[in-house]
Amino acid sequence: MSLDKATVARIATLARIKVADRDLDKMVGELQHIISWVEQLNAVDTTGIEPMTSAVEVTLPMREDKVTDGGCADKILANATEPVSVGEGGFFTVPKVVE
Amino acid sequence: MATLIDLTIAEARDALRQRKLSSRELTQAHVDAMGKAKTLNAYITETPDKALAMAEASDGRLKSGGTAALEGIPLAIKDLFCTQGTLTTAASHILDGFTPPYESTVTANLWKAGAVMLGKANLDEFAMGSSNTTSYYGPVHNPWRRHGDNKPLVPGGSSGGSAAAVAARIAMGATATDTGGSIRQPASFCGLVGLKPTYGRCSRWGIVAFASSLDQAGPITRTVRDAAIMLGAMAGHDEKDSTSVPRPVPDYENALIGNIKGLKFGIPKEYRVDGMPAEIEKLWQQGIAWLKDAGAEPVDISLPHTKYALPCYYIIAPAEASSNLARYDGVRFGLRVHGESLDAMYENTRGEGFGEEVRRRVLIGTYVLSAGYYDAYYLKAQRVRALIARDFTDAYKKCDVILTPTTPSAAFAIGEKADDPIAMYLNDVFTVPVNLAGLPGISVPAGLSAEGLPLGLHLIGRAFDEETLFRVAGVIENAAKFTAKPPTVGG
Repeated sequence: MSLDKATVARIATLARIKVADRDLDKMVGELQHIISWVEQLNAVDTTGIEPMTSAVEVTLPMREDKVTDGGCADKILANATEPVSVGEGGFFTVPKVVE
Repeated sequence: MATLIDLTIAEARDALRQRKLSSRELTQAHVDAMGKAKTLNAYITETPDKALAMAEASDGRLKSGGTAALEGIPLAIKDLFCTQGTLTTAASHILDGFTPPYESTVTANLWKAGAVMLGKANLDEFAMGSSNTTSYYGPVHNPWRRHGDNKPLVPGGSSGGSAAAVAARIAMGATATDTGGSIRQPASFCGLVGLKPTYGRCSRWGIVAFASSLDQAGPITRTVRDAAIMLGAMAGHDEKDSTSVPRPVPDYENALIGNIKGLKFGIPKEYRVDGMPAEIEKLWQQGIAWLKDAGAEPVDISLPHTKYALPCYYIIAPAEASSNLARYDGVRFGLRVHGESLDAMYENTRGEGFGEEVRRRVLIGTYVLSAGYYDAYYLKAQRVRALIARDFTDAYKKCDVILTPTTPSAAFAIGEKADDPIAMYLNDVFTVPVNLAGLPGISVPAGLSAEGLPLGLHLIGRAFDEETLFRVAGVIENAAKFTAKPPTVGG
């Protein structure tokens, strides 16, 4: 698979990472290098092999569906930039989304 | 008597319990030493006031007969563990000013066991790196130097600050995390013991996530016994991490019986990689000889998919990282870089907040998970991962433990291997398969290179058989008699 500038720009948009145009060329080269290298996996015959999705054989535990935590909006807002305080409603703020 | 900062955790624990020493004195000695070792850049945040307050509380408990496992022992905490009220950065710009309102389970377990926090140790950004040079807070220097050369060397990574601190005697032990070798490789580069437990042994709750199916917390210490003491305090089931395993935690110190008669240890032929330095091969042979002398029997084994472990890892780890790191968006915590729209704010924040290596991995991860490529890359890698895990299952039909070198080289200079990401990734060629299979591994200091740098031997165990690792590691430690100290440490 060969990566081009447009593909890398599209991936950067998907990942929501701003990449300056002048950095794109270098990045295309680096990502291409890594992608070509991981493609050696194509040499492995994986016919009939189930994908491994868990590092240990465990059955995920079930628990009663009840509230175990919460009621701490002030703590949750404490690290936010420009929050609206709990007293005034308790919100995170972002640039305007709806016109 | 050795100076206070040279004591092992086990020695200090006994002296504290016998009231020959106070935690206040021990902690103050470390705080003083930290003041003289700033050039190492081992800590991102030092917490001397908190340390001394915790030490005094410990002394109170010791006075009334307290015998918690780590009572009064000062430790460094990798700055990937959330610590309530103390800045937690993951060595990233994007977590600027983040002060967790909660405590990670592993650190909470340590404080319950009486440990004292000296500060938050430097690391590669989001634990992505093998040299601790990707930290937003600058590289860490290895306290070791090559003979006749004062050029600063890397401590390894990603737990480079943890390893440098323990080697430089500015912490008695440290927490670390290992996704592809990030405990064992820095331990090897700094002449220390580093243990990556079985996946599920320690809770991941409250640890900044890199690759969730691979990440595992463990200790870096100066001796095998100290690692056993620390793991015992860190490990255990936690309802807040559904992948943590509800198994009792054994007393790992009891495993250090020094007897390995009749044990079978596997030597995987695929670990003889091209271009491996002769001194690494020699060290490996020496390890085989030590274990044979102690009555264990070497067995030739094959792990046929070894060469695919690194490329497999560099699909799975970035894929998981790209998902985990989606939460850093400038909205709820950390850095926010303004933009005209919500998307522009996300893109500006993440463009500025992530360093080069993190950006690279998030982009790779996004690519391999994107529509049209998911099956070809991600699913393929998960199938190869299954084969790598099966190699180990087959090998353990013939042996109890596997012996390999930890790294293909000793520590290198800061700036070396910086141009080619893949050259850097190759540091982890012997450690990565262990994470993919979810198994425990330990690095033990075993000798010095011709240039005077530490080299480690690596043991891989069966799932949840950390006890055998400690038992065999103890035998290697006794045989190797590794007593060398970094030249930058006095005494």
